[in-house]
Amino acid sequence: MKKRYKLTDLDCANCAAKMEAAIKKIDGVRDATVSFMGQKLTIDADDARFDTIMQEVVATCKKIEPDCVINI
Amino acid sequence: MKNLSKKQRKMLIRILLSAILLCIIKFFLTEEKSGPAMQWLLYLLPYGIIGWDVIFRAVRNITNGQVFDENFLMALATVGAFATAEYAEAVFVMLFYQTGELFQDYAVGKSRQSIAALMDIRPDTANLEREDGSLEEVDPEDVEIDAIVVVKPGERVPLDGVVLEGFSALDTAALTGESVPRDVGPGDSVISGCVNQSGLLRVKVTRICEESTVSKILDLVENAGEKKAASENFITRFARYYTPCVVLAALALFLLPTIALTVLPASSLPAFLAATAWTDWLHRALIFLVISCPCALVISVPLSFFGGIGGASKCGILVKGSNYLEALAKTETVVFDKTGTLTQGSFSVTALHPSGSFTEASLLEYAALAEHWSDHPISVSLRAAYGKTPDSSRVTDVEEIAGHGVCARVDGKRVCAGNERLMKQEAVNWKKCELPGTIVHVTADGAYAGHILISDLPKEDAKAVVASLKAAGVKKTVMLTGDTQATAKAVAAALGLDEYHAELLPADKVEQVEKLLTEKRPDTALAFVGDGINDAPVLSRADIGIAMGALGSDAAIEAADIVLMDDKPSKIATAMQISRKTLRIVKQNIWFALGVKGVVLVLGAFGAATMWAAVFADVGVAFLAILNAMRCLHVEEFRL
Repeated sequence: MKKRYKLTDLDCANCAAKMEAAIKKIDGVRDATVSFMGQKLTIDADDARFDTIMQEVVATCKKIEPDCVINI
Repeated sequence: MKNLSKKQRKMLIRILLSAILLCIIKFFLTEEKSGPAMQWLLYLLPYGIIGWDVIFRAVRNITNGQVFDENFLMALATVGAFATAEYAEAVFVMLFYQTGELFQDYAVGKSRQSIAALMDIRPDTANLEREDGSLEEVDPEDVEIDAIVVVKPGERVPLDGVVLEGFSALDTAALTGESVPRDVGPGDSVISGCVNQSGLLRVKVTRICEESTVSKILDLVENAGEKKAASENFITRFARYYTPCVVLAALALFLLPTIALTVLPASSLPAFLAATAWTDWLHRALIFLVISCPCALVISVPLSFFGGIGGASKCGILVKGSNYLEALAKTETVVFDKTGTLTQGSFSVTALHPSGSFTEASLLEYAALAEHWSDHPISVSLRAAYGKTPDSSRVTDVEEIAGHGVCARVDGKRVCAGNERLMKQEAVNWKKCELPGTIVHVTADGAYAGHILISDLPKEDAKAVVASLKAAGVKKTVMLTGDTQATAKAVAAALGLDEYHAELLPADKVEQVEKLLTEKRPDTALAFVGDGINDAPVLSRADIGIAMGALGSDAAIEAADIVLMDDKPSKIATAMQISRKTLRIVKQNIWFALGVKGVVLVLGAFGAATMWAAVFADVGVAFLAILNAMRCLHVEEFRL
């Protein structure tokens, strides 16, 4: 399943790159992009476990850039 | 001040406050007056005001395991400066860093806004017509198919539909970049997002909001950031190694000389170590830390692509991702589909060659009357050239002969109109035509009346395309067509194309493109340009698929990588110029940022750079790179 989320307060381009790299490593995530200019996260992950994967994504982002909020 | 966000305004106040404090302390409360201990406390005040959040984030992120984070680097560098009693420098570095960040934030926000404004073509309301004829203002999302909406002058067409009543001129500039308005009347389809300029239109909705053209376009542009260019990925990967490497170098720069200074006796010190103290080396290491921040590098590349994509959409060129913009700049082979791309895709009578006693007018009249009942494109073009509505009472006994043509009685005479095969069947003394195109031979009562040449005319701007593509760096232009050799040859010669392949079935086109893909130089790209009808497989097979005339064609928007909103082939050259300019700016930014950082690193290692230079190498470079990247948005020079 492919889904898009808006991000608020994603203030640094390098953090966006780091978030993207970290999200891609999460188990079950097929592909992910964090667009700094678009302030958007696009994620393609397993349908069955999508919600648990998203929880992990949120936790990961919190670690890298605590100011940035994923609007679910 | 007005266009700053609340957060930005707060930051500006902090910057001004600490800058004033810094000046006061520096010039009025000098060390002689206050004493060394007091100095430390005094400088702590502006430092705290400007840098508390950086320190806070540094500590927080360290606990999260984010070591080489920008906040941490800046915090370490300034705390280090404080520790070595370089108070003013510590405050200044933090001040400059925060100013740079503020500016960066502002510039990025500004460029987002200008794209958003560009894409502000979504109509907010629709005037829905009720059954009793009254109007109600509703959200376009609530309007269903077959509902009737009224578009007043000055309003945007809310949904795709067909005009039922009214005449007007539509401004399509927001969608196509084309400034000439499009005239519409009853029966014409209209596209959401266009602005109604003059008359009142009653429109029957054919597509719901979600599927309307304007939604599709916005979706496409908004999600263009998903597909990243190679240079974008390169720079983020580079940053991942760059920061740790520079930090390790900083560590080595501090530790090695310090160890040498303590272990070795003063007499045996090498020249570069003599007369230096460990604090000098610490200071040089701190300079390294400041330069190691990766943000200047990382931000300028996506910002440039973002600007390039935005600029292209201003011209009616939709690019689905940075990677396509990058590939387009490297394109050396452009393959065109003929019909509908280089030519108008509609047939028209281009020559009349009457024979014997027949005149051009009588030849055309016979043909138009005989073909009166047919819907074939050829018949339509004959009637269009005839101009008058054929009098159907003059035509009887119409007989269509598949693959040959038509025979009918016109004013009692037996008239046949068709191809060579029909002429052979009729056994008349017909002549061959040496011009390329579709030939309609006409006989009347067994006598040869002559022939009519029908061909597909090249588009007006098609001739200029090849020249402007060559100027933009394209090496080879190829045309593929299902048409006959003779027609293809004539079109290719008229337009100055390098190569043409004729009589191809759709599958053959894919094969030809694959062959061309193997022939092109490595590291260059091949673009295929089609009208989006029947060529989806070729569009996806080429490095870049360009679909044109996308207004109203969903298939084209889906299948292509780059979509030209109108059907002018000259836009391909425009797209190419924009892509080259964007790539040039991306390269400038990468080399500029790396170059300045490299120079300051070397100078810093030899003690020739101050921390001020280091901050410039970080935020100053980011500032300039952003200004440069904003140039991508300016495309006025490319607009026709």
